[in-house]
Amino acid sequence: MSVDTVSMTGWGRTAPTTALRFRPRTYEEAAVAVTGRGPRGVVARGLGRSHGDAAQNAGGSVVDMTGLDRVHTIDTATGTVVCDAGVSLHRLMEVLLPLGWFLPVTPSTRYVTVGGAIGSDVHGRNHLTAGSFTRHVRSMELLTADGAVRTVLPGTTLFDATAGGLGLTGVVLSATLSLRPVATSLMTVVTERAADLDEALARLSATAGHLPYAAARIDLMARGKATGRAVLARGDHAPLDALPPRARHTPLVFRPAQLPAAPAYVPEGLLGRTSAALLAELRFRGAGAVRAGRLQRVSSFLHPLDALPGWNRLYGRGGFVHYRFAVGEGQEQTLHRVVRRLSLRRCPAFHAVLQRLGTGGPGWLSFPAPGWSLSFGLPAGLPGLARLLDRLDDEVAEAGGRVCLAQDARMRPETLAAMYPRLADFRALRAELDPDGAFRSDLSRRLSL
Amino acid sequence: MKDAFGAPQSLLVLGGTSEIGLATARRLIARRTRTVRLAGRPSPALERAADELRELGADVRTVAFDALDSGSHEEVLGKVFSDGDIDMVLLAFGILGDQARDEEEPLSAVQVAQTNYTGAVSAGLVCAGALQAQGHGSLVVLSSVAGERARRADFIYGSSKAGLDAFAQGLGDALHGTGVHVMVVRPGFVRTRMTAGREETPLATTPGAVADAIVTGLRRRSETVWVPGALRVVMSALRHVPRPLFRRLPVR
Repeated sequence: MSVDTVSMTGWGRTAPTTALRFRPRTYEEAAVAVTGRGPRGVVARGLGRSHGDAAQNAGGSVVDMTGLDRVHTIDTATGTVVCDAGVSLHRLMEVLLPLGWFLPVTPSTRYVTVGGAIGSDVHGRNHLTAGSFTRHVRSMELLTADGAVRTVLPGTTLFDATAGGLGLTGVVLSATLSLRPVATSLMTVVTERAADLDEALARLSATAGHLPYAAARIDLMARGKATGRAVLARGDHAPLDALPPRARHTPLVFRPAQLPAAPAYVPEGLLGRTSAALLAELRFRGAGAVRAGRLQRVSSFLHPLDALPGWNRLYGRGGFVHYRFAVGEGQEQTLHRVVRRLSLRRCPAFHAVLQRLGTGGPGWLSFPAPGWSLSFGLPAGLPGLARLLDRLDDEVAEAGGRVCLAQDARMRPETLAAMYPRLADFRALRAELDPDGAFRSDLSRRLSL
Repeated sequence: MKDAFGAPQSLLVLGGTSEIGLATARRLIARRTRTVRLAGRPSPALERAADELRELGADVRTVAFDALDSGSHEEVLGKVFSDGDIDMVLLAFGILGDQARDEEEPLSAVQVAQTNYTGAVSAGLVCAGALQAQGHGSLVVLSSVAGERARRADFIYGSSKAGLDAFAQGLGDALHGTGVHVMVVRPGFVRTRMTAGREETPLATTPGAVADAIVTGLRRRSETVWVPGALRVVMSALRHVPRPLFRRLPVR
């Protein structure tokens, strides 16, 4: 097991802190890292795709799980896979797609580990039908503060605390996931334009056909009548007969597009108002009123940004803040207010996505709740951004909504309890299971989780 | 912990009655700061400062701290850090002295040097060690443009700040990669109690402006901050002015 001292940040590259990083290759080594922790605790880290400070632990230990990357067994009869927590969803897709199986839930990047996906309880564009990631976890092995390994099954309180529990209940060592069958590795995609936010909401609400993946790329720079205009993309895994004859020979090939990585040094301000407006305009005009029946690779449809490795560096040294919130059905006015506020301030919001969320999972701190979710990234150096986001927090909390903790890098501890009603249960379980506070992260310190 | 914008949740001000220190504390309390420790010699002014910050909603406590008593720094500051993480230390103490008197009374000149330099070295090192152990935090050191090039009018103060500035820069480099961020703040003439009655130099500024620059510097994780920013250019030119000419400048 290699050990070194490194400075770490989340994907947003803000608030770096230094910790001792352990890279275990076996479960026993992971247990050694946890039991041999210092007074400032330990937290597990995967591929560092959380935008905020969930997977860093200033002055303490961080267990980098990416070395535990074995796929143990794949049961093609029942559609389950048993794998280590450090396996990335990308690796799982490489292994599973050729066999005709796919992950039922993937977030907007496939470069997350299984452990990270459980700890953040990620969701995808198909949340309305498929729910979040932990709905498809059949069991997991959890390394707890005392060094013991527990098998955690759905329906138990420990499972509910760990699902979306931000790694604060223990270290997930391995998991059994159920899969969904697919006939091809392509998606049939329908895109349509919505001239304003009302139309986007209406179109997302309409259950058009059987296209479970649906999300709207919203133009937060548009003003006036076009405020909240969007390009909707819906899709589903393409059946075999939808493929052109030549592609039918290799229907399950997984070949994601890959661009050269973003350069290490990018001047701050590259992603500013001009580029945000330009990109949004190009996307909107390029989309066409309605386009149906297009075929896209799963990677291009579900994880478009993964084609550009290190895209977070494009924001420059100052980094960026990702804001993701959810409000319930009937709270469309809140969405309107937030969108109007961002558009009036001409905030250069990137990858702004509006989508519907279905029934929430059992996770106590899990983000998805039925209703709407809007997410966007903003350069951290934007003047007045801290205050603007604080106001959005208040608005979201007032509407009974919540802000995603796995992406958070800036929330106030005061607003948290209103957003997550099960927070008290979570704290109580941690106090019982981990009285010394072995599992700690910068996020847990900042928000007193 | 600091948030994505560098706003700390807990703040330790060394030199708890410093106007720049308090202006910074007020701005930070308006953001994320909930815990403030004001370290300074016990005095009614220190308590008043604490009360004022308390009214803004922070949990404020005063800590008896004497910059001249280097021997006590480890114990006094160690206790502050053992109570919980400190996200930001603002090293704000310093005295201007009285140049004319200090030149005649070497002992009072030594006091300026001991407060501004020796005291800051010992307190700075103690805080740096504690910040390094917690793996994060900012140490903000109030230097001065007076330290950039010694002037006839205040070279005793200037030389102490020059020492402090060099110390803080070196400390920043030493702590690079440990998660601790050291920021050197070089204000020009600041209108405070300390400078009351003195002749202003051009580009004079206020404690509020210095505080704003500190808050911005925290967000950017800057290593050097000039207040106002134009001083960076002015001083880099002044640094290269030949001595015979420098002596003749109207503002010395």
